Amino acid sequence: MMTLTDLGHLLERVCPMFVLIDPDGRIQQVGPTLQKLRPDTPMAGQMFLELFDLARPRAIDGMEALLQATGAKLHLNFRDEPRTGLKGALAPLPDGQGALVNLSFGISVLDAVQDYALTSADFSATDLTIELLYLVEAKSAAMEASRTLNLRLQGAKIAAEEQAFTDTLTGLKNRRAMDHVLERLLSRGSKFALMHLDLDFFKAVNDTLGHAAGDRVLQHVAEVMVEETRDTDTVARVGGDEFVLLFDRLQDEARLDRIARRLISRLEEPIPFNGQMCRISASVGTSLSDPEAGLDAAALLHQADVALYAAKNAGRAQHFFYSPGMEDPDAGQKIAM
Amino acid sequence: MHGLINRAIQSFVCNTYGTERWQKVMDAAGLGFTEFEAMLVYDDDQSRRVLSELSDELNRPLDEILEDMGTFLVSHPHLEPLRRLLRFGGVNYVEFLHSLDDLPDRARLAVSDLFLPPMEVREFSPDQFSLTCGAGLPGFSYVMVGVLRAMADDYGALVFLDHQGGKEAETISVTLVETAFAEGRSFELGARAG
Repeated sequence: MMTLTDLGHLLERVCPMFVLIDPDGRIQQVGPTLQKLRPDTPMAGQMFLELFDLARPRAIDGMEALLQATGAKLHLNFRDEPRTGLKGALAPLPDGQGALVNLSFGISVLDAVQDYALTSADFSATDLTIELLYLVEAKSAAMEASRTLNLRLQGAKIAAEEQAFTDTLTGLKNRRAMDHVLERLLSRGSKFALMHLDLDFFKAVNDTLGHAAGDRVLQHVAEVMVEETRDTDTVARVGGDEFVLLFDRLQDEARLDRIARRLISRLEEPIPFNGQMCRISASVGTSLSDPEAGLDAAALLHQADVALYAAKNAGRAQHFFYSPGMEDPDAGQKIAM
Repeated sequence: MHGLINRAIQSFVCNTYGTERWQKVMDAAGLGFTEFEAMLVYDDDQSRRVLSELSDELNRPLDEILEDMGTFLVSHPHLEPLRRLLRFGGVNYVEFLHSLDDLPDRARLAVSDLFLPPMEVREFSPDQFSLTCGAGLPGFSYVMVGVLRAMADDYGALVFLDHQGGKEAETISVTLVETAFAEGRSFELGARAG
């Protein structure tokens, strides 16, 4: 016949977190790992339910009910700090001698190994805790490597998108970017102005001084336009020597006209290139958005285009606002007079 | 070859010989990039070219370099997580040796596409062991010599290692001179790296 003491010795080897309780609920013996969690107060002799708070099953209110809880999964906490959570299973001992409870950490093991400085020796050889801890660390390291890669890819994606929206020669936005911004302004119902600027005499610079001079001129033009506009405005190169400027929340005609004229006069200043002077000018046509009239992007661009055509007809270096009826080929002449 | 392994090579070279040397090696290898990504998989041939150029650049036999790399992987502070993962293998050096049987499976648990050659540990007597590394990763057994040596220091054990070569599979003989030769480094389950 095996005594309780014999049983205790046996359990110490295979389940180091066992508890033997007598029929009254007093702890008789505990495994070495469990005792390690409260090194200063011997558990043997204490009442099981005074040491542990039984969170589940909730129906259990006393020792008698607990002894009947064979097969149920017990959820307990220490009543004092640290209130480490434990899982347990209970089996009654024969002849009403009390019960055996086997405890384990469950998911709280990650904190427990730190709180109590547990080592491999504190877990039985069949316990998968060490493997669990290994996996947690290995997966964290792998996740960190993946995260680093994701961040780098994210950076590369942003750079690629930036490039795709940028005119590489001038650093201005390109046609695609301008289309995006224009659609956004329209869908927001913004009141804004669209300025279509076309360089005059640019072909002559290209033809007489070469493409390098042409490129320099375009870069200079871009710099001027960025300087003469606000950060919130959009400046895009939409063709060889064509630019579109979008002025969000600006429809004051006098102000827009000042901006256009200033742009033209600054672009007329000679641009030095390899000891030569490049001389250009610009014509500008402006259309204003009208959320009530529901003009779409194509209509606005067309109106600015018509105004630009009128400006060119009026003798270049001019700025015209679109007005209804301007589509008439002679309109430019009339307005200029 | 998995990016983690290529990245380990890169980390070893940069930390030991400097990033300029690494740049030179990668220029010579002509792969069109200089940084390996840990979580991508590369052609075996790309790794072979890097290692071959590395041997030329350092003017040292590759076996020696790989052994140094094994030591580096376990002992460099940047790679503390790796040392910890190896220490999970056992509470003493002998247990650690036996855990190497499981190392390829453990590696796959962490990173499912990370292939390590099969490893087999044999115990001939309490102080005489051998580790056989299967085929699949040329030079891997030399890295393991460095790992075994550094882990012996980590556990405070004194060992004698001998790479015995072999055709397909390569064998390292391990003689345990003393298990508690020195203090060793501490290992706590709960001390999370990083």
